[in-house]
Amino acid sequence: MSITLNFQDWVSLFLHFVSLSLLAVGGAITTAPDIHRYLVDEQHWLTHYQFTSSVAIAQGAPGPNVMFVALMGWNVGMNAAAGMSPTPNMLYAVMLALLGVLVTMVGIIVPSATLTFFSTQWAHKNRDLKGIRAFKAGLAPLVMSLLVATGWLLTGNHDNYSEDWPMWVLAAVTTVIVWRTQTHLLLLLSIGAVLGILKII
Amino acid sequence: MSEVPAVRNAPTSNADLFFSFNWLALQGFGGVLAVVQRELVEKKKWLTLEEFVEDWSIAQILPGPNVINLALMIGGKHFGWRGALSALAGLLLVPTVLVLVIASAIAGVGDTQAMQGALRGMGAVSAGLIMATGIKMLPAMETNPMGYLTCAVLAIVTFLAVAVIRLPLSWVLLTLGPIASIWAWYCISRNESA
Repeated sequence: MSITLNFQDWVSLFLHFVSLSLLAVGGAITTAPDIHRYLVDEQHWLTHYQFTSSVAIAQGAPGPNVMFVALMGWNVGMNAAAGMSPTPNMLYAVMLALLGVLVTMVGIIVPSATLTFFSTQWAHKNRDLKGIRAFKAGLAPLVMSLLVATGWLLTGNHDNYSEDWPMWVLAAVTTVIVWRTQTHLLLLLSIGAVLGILKII
Repeated sequence: MSEVPAVRNAPTSNADLFFSFNWLALQGFGGVLAVVQRELVEKKKWLTLEEFVEDWSIAQILPGPNVINLALMIGGKHFGWRGALSALAGLLLVPTVLVLVIASAIAGVGDTQAMQGALRGMGAVSAGLIMATGIKMLPAMETNPMGYLTCAVLAIVTFLAVAVIRLPLSWVLLTLGPIASIWAWYCISRNESA
């Protein structure tokens, strides 16, 4: 894909991620539908395939899930380099791609990180206030439950149990192993990858 | 509240924060949370389980990536804004380089069959990791001022709303959150006056 991005386009790319940052309650992945709407449907800066593979690769790679944003910025930069000339200079393309990473990642992280830093510094200084204690105690069971629900939703599509059951077994066995033992998480992930490659699950 | 007589350590420096969170991020396939609990609570003991649950609930309710919020909180608690930046950089720097390299490699080769299989298998394992992280928080509910039974009811309602009915997370947090917090306020007041 080749696109043309002028300075104003870069600014609007940045501002879009800034505006999403403070809406990302429950994690960056909750903003993915809106990013798709903006980058793929509205601006045509990213193909649908680039979008979905960015999410999949970020899930499979180490690091926070928000890495999918970096990959999308990278792809937008690459697309912009392709739009500059039909045979873009490799170094130049990488520079533009890195600019894409910087613009999207700074946009999605800095506003929410600033809010988090100052509000939690305040909350930590006032941690003995009854309001803060009540807030934390009240949310604790919700958070515990949200984690189980997230794992549940990530395990697979919930419309095809007859075909997906090995995934469920693997997820359930992993749950028990992690809960009850100190097995290294990388070992478990490797076993999962091997089972997947061998088409056992 | 936080005078728990358990063994407790703390990060020794900004560099310690950077490398600890870097190590966490590199182990975190499909999300970092499961690793955070194991490394920071069970191995390094920077946080008790109760503190982890509390901090995590705040990281969850604030906007932004949850693990990043948690890193900012832990870094900030020990070394102010420098600590927060060190933890944040540790979490992001190397994984960003790595994910770009991986993406470029995949774009070059593209053995999709095996790759999709591996992603599928790792996905199921990381889903199990996340569920186990939630289940491991159960003991922290025993010291909750609302009591075990109320916690169980709130947890079940939350699960049904998010996983079964599939309501947006913000709806669930903005309705159940205030209700639970007000009830917790009432319970704390009752315990203190008793």
